[in-house]
Amino acid sequence: MTASTAPPSASSSGPLLAIRGLSKAFLGVQALDGVDFTLRHGEIHALLGENGAGKSTLIKTLTGVYLRDGGTVALEGREIAPRGVEEAQRLHIGTVYQEVNLLPNLSVAENLFLGRQPMRWGLVDRGAMRRRARAVLQPYGLSIDVTAPLGRFSVATQQIVAIARAVDMSAKVLILDEPTASLDAQEVAVLFKVMRTLRSRGIGIVFVTHFLDQVYEVCDSITVLRNGRLVGERRTADLPRLDLVAMMLGRELEAAAHRIDLGPAEVDSRPPLASFKGFGKSRSVEPFDLDIRPGEVVALAGLLGSGRTETVRLVFGMDRADRGEATVDGQAVRLKGPRDAVRLGFGFCPEDRKKEGIVGELSVRENIILALQARQGWLKPIPRHRQEEIADRFIRLLDIRTPDAERPIQLLSGGNQQKALLARWLATEPRLLILDEPTRGIDVGAHAEIIRLIERLCADGMALLVVSSELEEIVAYSRRVVVLRDRRHVAELRGGEVSVERIVAAIASETPNAIASETPVTAGSGAEVRQ
Amino acid sequence: MTLSAPGPARNLPQYGALFAVLLANWLLFPDFFAIRLQDGRLFGSLIDVLNRGAPVALLAIGMTMVIATRGVDLSVGAVMAISGAIAATMTGAGWSLPAVLAASLAAGLLCGLWNGLLVAVLRIQPIIATLILMVAGRGIAQLVTEGQIVTFTSPALAFIGSGSFLTVPMPVVLTIVVLAVTALLVRATALGLMIEAVGINRLSSAGAGVNTPVVLVAVYVWCGLCAAVAGLIVTADIRGADANNAGLWLELDAILAVVVGGTSLLGGRFGLVLSVVGALIIQSMNTGILLSGFKPEFNLIVKAGVLLVVLLLQSPTLTLFLPRPKGARPIGTVKPPVAPTSGGAKP
Repeated sequence: MTASTAPPSASSSGPLLAIRGLSKAFLGVQALDGVDFTLRHGEIHALLGENGAGKSTLIKTLTGVYLRDGGTVALEGREIAPRGVEEAQRLHIGTVYQEVNLLPNLSVAENLFLGRQPMRWGLVDRGAMRRRARAVLQPYGLSIDVTAPLGRFSVATQQIVAIARAVDMSAKVLILDEPTASLDAQEVAVLFKVMRTLRSRGIGIVFVTHFLDQVYEVCDSITVLRNGRLVGERRTADLPRLDLVAMMLGRELEAAAHRIDLGPAEVDSRPPLASFKGFGKSRSVEPFDLDIRPGEVVALAGLLGSGRTETVRLVFGMDRADRGEATVDGQAVRLKGPRDAVRLGFGFCPEDRKKEGIVGELSVRENIILALQARQGWLKPIPRHRQEEIADRFIRLLDIRTPDAERPIQLLSGGNQQKALLARWLATEPRLLILDEPTRGIDVGAHAEIIRLIERLCADGMALLVVSSELEEIVAYSRRVVVLRDRRHVAELRGGEVSVERIVAAIASETPNAIASETPVTAGSGAEVRQ
Repeated sequence: MTLSAPGPARNLPQYGALFAVLLANWLLFPDFFAIRLQDGRLFGSLIDVLNRGAPVALLAIGMTMVIATRGVDLSVGAVMAISGAIAATMTGAGWSLPAVLAASLAAGLLCGLWNGLLVAVLRIQPIIATLILMVAGRGIAQLVTEGQIVTFTSPALAFIGSGSFLTVPMPVVLTIVVLAVTALLVRATALGLMIEAVGINRLSSAGAGVNTPVVLVAVYVWCGLCAAVAGLIVTADIRGADANNAGLWLELDAILAVVVGGTSLLGGRFGLVLSVVGALIIQSMNTGILLSGFKPEFNLIVKAGVLLVVLLLQSPTLTLFLPRPKGARPIGTVKPPVAPTSGGAKP
């Protein structure tokens, strides 16, 4: 029995895949807690959720990367428990990841038939392999040279090859884990055509994505997870965007969040400290305009993958913008790298503290003075006693819990590491401090302290650009919120407009600028004009 | 300001091993520590260890910083050959000593610059990037000497290899000078901190504004310079340049010296003095085995055995089972001893 012979509308005979009460814990952290998920024949089903929702754990449990702790998984009514990707594939569950896990050096045909090459007299029958490869790819409208190395083709083509391989290996369930993350609009269209073709053949597709437009374009049903729990399953047609965003973010929309009154939003008359015009990077974030004034907190809100992090990385020069211009104090500046940004008085606490923030083995003291020292240059070492003064001052000021300043920073808790990183930048007395998810993975106490600190810094005249998934937090300390969706700046809320409801509404809006105030930041259409 | 990472326990295996090897030498050869003054120069087995160990010690000084950035420089042996070939050939052609020295050192500097640019700008993995010069360097040296073993008679150049300053042999003096200058350069400035930061986490360091390419190029340049000095010493000592054999395999001895000295190949904290101690451990063994009358073949096996012991003493897995002073970390590790995953799980 192969996928192609499955009746396109077998929904009457029960679901294709039924997951019930699925649980999985890691070191006491409940990653999945009694999750149900149902996939029908010939259905494209979006699996959505923010960070830590449990999407990838669910997929990995389904494909046998993890063994489940509890619950049942039934494929066409038969209980399955794959113990590896191979076994999952044999059980008709195929997976295609964002990063195609095929071999770029081998030919397309070899990739399609790897491990199951057609043989003749004990040797690989290359002729048959090529013929069959062409036949396999033909329904996908892909007429490429199957003898060319896979790596020579675009990511989209590679993905379709990966899908073709999975389907050809008799997949009934096809899991697409963020396949569109690095595709452009045309490539996405091609991929969607393939997905629709497969749907009409009765294959069930689990589609993981961060792009809401894509969900509404191609998916039949939506399942939303949050913090390892099932929030709900809906038909796409019956679920307004606003409700979907609310489900993902876990907001009760009628419960209005009370916000601190920061006064009227008349600050805009002052000249901006930093100004970005048509700033962007292809395949990363659409060109945007952004002004940041001294003493103001600008927050970037949006779902995971909406381009928040990409935006701040461009602003700090961690990634290089390929279009647009930046000015600081009215002077045009080039942001070729973090060094340029540091020289301009910027500071940046990245989202991934371990990978891009701390220097683990170095002491708290050395981590705190690193940016200041780097700005001064290696020839002007900060004297040891001065280093100790600086470190001790910030350890006290930010209440960094460490026995002493000489402790390797990697031995500190996440919250204290974050505070030490804040100290690193505060020691440079920055004019613009960029914080990407400053409160992620931090315990409640440290959380509140960091919020208080943000408010204090702002009052001291420092400009802050903050990315956060915590909407209440954003509402509490921001006068201005830029809302992003699908790598685009879609709205800007100011002063009294800033509220959780308006942010959620802007995230859910279908067309750019729909919810924006009278002067929208968005410049999504500006790209074509500039080129 | 310390030259090595803090903590007395950290240095224990290195000094202990050096002491043990010297003790073994003394037991085998009671005159080992005898030192006599002759013609204004010190002689004796101990002096011999220092003198013969100088080239590897010099290489180890440069290599320490390269390894601290999580790199490695395989080309130092070849760079020795190049600098030696240039020195011998130019001396033979009648150039003055300052010109010869300048040219040899400049060659080392250029080699380091090449390596550094490959690693820092083109982002080629250090082991591959420096492998290029390791192979090509001997060819360059042979081109300089035109395939011959070039000998010279200039006493001025020979002085570097066999002369002495205040009774101390010149190679030892030069090593001490290079060690002191290097230590000053990295510890009296912020360079040492930046080298360690880049080695531990290049991304974080760049994000903090550290000029990572310049730091990387600098350590490879310095490593090339150290290799050039070592090449000069070897050439001056034998009064000739053998492009095929000068410094052959010494890059491996240098890496070994650094690792024995406790600097992790994963980059980060480094100790210059400890690397020199590592070089001396290796040389003490070489000398001891020669003196003891064992066949030289034994040398390699005994050496491997002793090194294994030193490295075991630094192994994080093993250290977990040994009592250690409060607050001390396992030596030579990068990760904190959080979970004894591999070692602790076994019965």
